Amino acid sequence: MAPLRLGLIINPIAGMGGAVGLKGSDTAEIIARARELGAEPQSPRRAGEALAAIYAAGLPLNVIAAAGDMGEHEAREAGFSPQVLGTELEGDTVAEDSVRAAQAMAEMPVDLILFAGGDGTARDLVRAIGGKVPVVGIPAGVKMHSAVYATSPHAAARMVLRYMRGGVTQRELEVMDIDEAAFRGGAVSAKLYGYLNVPYLPDLVQGTKAGGVSSDRVSLAGIAARIVAAMQPGQLNILGPGTTMRAVANELGIDKTLLGVDLVRDGVRLAGDAGEKIILKHLNVAETDSAAAIVVTPIGGQGHFFGRGNQQISAHVINQVGIENITVAATMEKIASLRDSLLHVDTGNQVLNRELAGWRKVITGFQTESVCRVAI
Amino acid sequence: MSGKQSDFQAARWNEALIMELSETGARGIVPPAMDADIAAAVGDVVAALPAGARREKLPQLPEVPQHRVLRHFMRLSQMCMGFDVTTDMMGTCTMKYSPKVHEHIARSAKLADVHPLQGEQNMQGLLELMYRFNKIMCQISGMDEFTFQPASGAQGIYTNACLIRAYHESRGELAQRNEIITTSFSHPADAATPSVAGFKVITLMPGEMGYADVDALKAAISDRTAGLMLTNPEDTGQYNPHIREFVDLVHEAGGLCAYDQANGNPLLGKVRAGDTGFDMCQFNLHKTFSAPHGSLGMGCAAVGVKDFLRKFLPRPLVAEADGGGYRLDYEQGEGIDKIRAFIGNIPAVLKAYSWVMSLGAEGLRAVAETAVLNNNYMLKRMREVRGVTIPWPANNYPKLEQVRYSFEQMFKETGVTSHDVIDRMVDYGVQHCMPSHMPMLVPEPFTMEPGESLTVAEMDQMLAALKAISHEAYSDPEKAQGGPYNASTTRIDSDVPEDPDCWAFTYRAYQRKKGHWTSESRRKIERHSGGY
Repeated sequence: MAPLRLGLIINPIAGMGGAVGLKGSDTAEIIARARELGAEPQSPRRAGEALAAIYAAGLPLNVIAAAGDMGEHEAREAGFSPQVLGTELEGDTVAEDSVRAAQAMAEMPVDLILFAGGDGTARDLVRAIGGKVPVVGIPAGVKMHSAVYATSPHAAARMVLRYMRGGVTQRELEVMDIDEAAFRGGAVSAKLYGYLNVPYLPDLVQGTKAGGVSSDRVSLAGIAARIVAAMQPGQLNILGPGTTMRAVANELGIDKTLLGVDLVRDGVRLAGDAGEKIILKHLNVAETDSAAAIVVTPIGGQGHFFGRGNQQISAHVINQVGIENITVAATMEKIASLRDSLLHVDTGNQVLNRELAGWRKVITGFQTESVCRVAI
Repeated sequence: MSGKQSDFQAARWNEALIMELSETGARGIVPPAMDADIAAAVGDVVAALPAGARREKLPQLPEVPQHRVLRHFMRLSQMCMGFDVTTDMMGTCTMKYSPKVHEHIARSAKLADVHPLQGEQNMQGLLELMYRFNKIMCQISGMDEFTFQPASGAQGIYTNACLIRAYHESRGELAQRNEIITTSFSHPADAATPSVAGFKVITLMPGEMGYADVDALKAAISDRTAGLMLTNPEDTGQYNPHIREFVDLVHEAGGLCAYDQANGNPLLGKVRAGDTGFDMCQFNLHKTFSAPHGSLGMGCAAVGVKDFLRKFLPRPLVAEADGGGYRLDYEQGEGIDKIRAFIGNIPAVLKAYSWVMSLGAEGLRAVAETAVLNNNYMLKRMREVRGVTIPWPANNYPKLEQVRYSFEQMFKETGVTSHDVIDRMVDYGVQHCMPSHMPMLVPEPFTMEPGESLTVAEMDQMLAALKAISHEAYSDPEKAQGGPYNASTTRIDSDVPEDPDCWAFTYRAYQRKKGHWTSESRRKIERHSGGY
C-alpha cells in the first residue's frame, strides 16, 4: 500500500494572545500587542510535540507541508523530509494563507490534514475544504470552542497513527468561533461556522456506544423518530442547527439549514435559516392552540444548547414558547464527550438562564432519555 | 515474578482449532465390538427412531487421538490468565478465590448424576440445600423469598424488570407506567434489560459527587414511573448516601425499586436491600458468593423479593412439604412463569452455599470489610502512579469495593491510553484490568477491584507493574503503546470484536464467514494475523 499522504498546516500565530491575556489572536494589531507583551508562539511547539510522536512510530508517511513556519520547519525539525507547498511569506501569517494551503492539499488530494491552531484556524479549514478531506486538529489556540480538536498534541498524534492503519470511519464535528472583539469586551457571542470530518476512533473517543447501539447514525435515527412522533398537528416547531436536527429533518423528508434555525409545521418547512424576527413573527401568528416547541441539541465537546450557534432562538423566543416546551436531544456519545457530562445555557438573560439550570431530560434515543445537569 | 519488570512470557502455542486437528478415522478409544448375541437380541435400534429424528448425515465431529485432545486443551489452558494463575483485580467482576473443595463437592456423583426430571421424593437432599440457602439469602438481604432460576447476572436483572412489569400489569397500570429509571454508573443491564422487557429507560447522569443526586431523580419521576433499577455502590465504588430517599420518592410515585447487587461484595453483613426499602434484589452467586466466573463455571443469579411479589416469581420454588421434607411449589408465576428451565444452576448454588456455611455470619462481614480495606489501600497507593487521577475530587470519602481511575492525564501528556496500559499489564504477569462499561463517561477509564482474597504482597505486585508501565509511558511511549509483547496473543483492537464479520462462536459460523469478509473486515483480520 502507498504511504499515507499527510497534509500539515500550522497557524504559527495561534495561541499567542492567550498567554498575555488578550483572548484570541485574530488581527495584526492583536499580534503586535501580544509580541510587545512578550508572547511566544504556542502552536509550533505543540505541533512539534505531535510530529515527534508520529515520526517516532517509524511508519511510512509522505508529509506535505505548507511552506516555512506554517509546517515545513516543524516537519523538518521532527525528522521528516516534507514536500513543500508554496513559498515562505514575509511577515505574519494571515487566514488566507491557511485557506490557500488547505485548498491546494485538497486538490492533490492528501489523505488527511493535520493542523494546529484555534477556532479561527478551524474556520479557515471549513471555508477552504469543508468536509472534503478528513482532518486532525492539534489544540493550540486561545479560544477552543470547536469540537474538532484532539484533547492534546499526543492525542492528535495517536489519531494520525491509528488513521494510517486503515479501517477508520469519520464523523462531522462542530467548528465554532466567537467574536473576538466582543470576547475581549467580556461578552461571549459564539457562532457555528460548519463541520469538519474527523476520524472516528472508538477507543480514542470517550463515550462510544451507549446502550449497545452500534453507531452515532443509529442513535440519531432513533432520536429523530422519537422527536417526529412527538410533534403535534398545527404545532410550530423551531428546529435549531446541527447534525442531530438534520436527522430530524431527514425523518420528516424536508430540507434543513445545517447551521441555521428552521421552522416546521405539520411536516412542512415554513422558513429556512430563520432569524429572531422571523421566528417571533411566526410565533405571533400561530393559529392553533398547540403550543410551539423548540428542539435543540448541545454543541459537541462543550455542551451549550442555547447561546452558542443558535442565538436566533433568543431569550425572547424561549420565553414566548415556554421552557416546558423545549426538547433537548443528543446522542449518548455527545453527552459523554462533555466535561462531567455538563450542559450549558447562555441566553443573555440571567433570569431565564437560572430557570433553565438544574436537571433536565435529554432525549438520547427512541426509547431512552438521560437526566443531565445544566449549568449557567 | 517481581512485577517490576516485564519478564513474564506466556505460552504461545499457535494452536489450531480442534476441528482443524481432525483426521478422518482417527480414534482416541476404540470400543470393543458388540457380542453377536446381544446385537441379535437388540436388533436395529436406529430403525425405531421416527424419520424426523433420524440424521441423514453423520454429525461433523472432530476425529482426534486422545493424547492430542489432552494436549489441545492443556495448551489452551496454558494460554489463559485468571485468578488461579495470577493477581487479578478485574473491576466490576469481583474476582476472588473459589475454594477447590467446593469443586470436589459439586462434581460428586451425588449431585452430578441428579436428573432435573427425577421425582421430588428422591432428590430431597438437593431440595433441602436449596431451601436452606433460600433462607440464608433472605437473612443476608432482608427479602422474603428467592429464586435461583436465572443463569447469569443480566438474566437476574431481567427477572427484576419482568417482576416490575408483572406487578403493574396485575394492577392494570402497565400501559401508563412504562418508564424505568436507572443511573449512568449502574451496570448497563439495569438499562438494557428493562428495555428488552418493553420499558422506556431514563438514565440519571452523575452530579458533582460522582453519583446521581436527588434532584436528578425528581426530574425523572412522574406518574409514568414503573420502577427504579440500580446498583449501589455503582461501578465507581461510590456509595450513594441518598439511597433511602431515592427509594421513598419512587414508592411515593407508585413505582417499585430493584437493587442490583452484583456489586454486593462490600455490603455483606452491613447493608440489607430489604432494610433500605427495596422491593426486590439480585446477587450474582458467581461473583460475591465465590462460585467461579465465566468459562470456569456456570453463572447463577439469586433474585429475592418481598412477600407481596412472591406470586410473580418464576415457577417452581422450593417449599416445605406437608408432613416433613421438601417439594417443588408451582403456585406462582403470575405474569412470568419461567425465566429458564428447572430451578437453577445447582452446582453454583451448592458452591455458594458451601462458601457461606464455611464463613458464617462473622466471616461474611469480614469479607466485606477486607474487600473495602484492600480497595482503599490500592486507592491510596494508586496516587503514587504518575498520570493517574481519581475522578470527582469533590468526593474524597473512602470508596467501597472498587475504584474507577482515569489515565486521562497520562494520555494527554504521552499519548498512551488506558487501553495501552491494560494491554501492557499482561507482560508483567498480572491479569489485565477492566476499563469501563459503556458509555465511557470517565476519560481513559481503568477500574480495579481487589476483593478480599489478595494479600498486601499481591497488591504491591500490581502496583509495581502499573508504576513500571507509567514510567515507560513517560520515557518510551511507543513501546508502551505496543503491548502486549509476551502474551499468548498480540493486541486485539476494539474494532475487531465490534465487527460481526470478525468473529464466530461456532465452527459452522467460522466456515460460513471465512473468506467472505468485506474489504474493511479483511483489513482488520490481516492486521491481527500478522503478529501471531
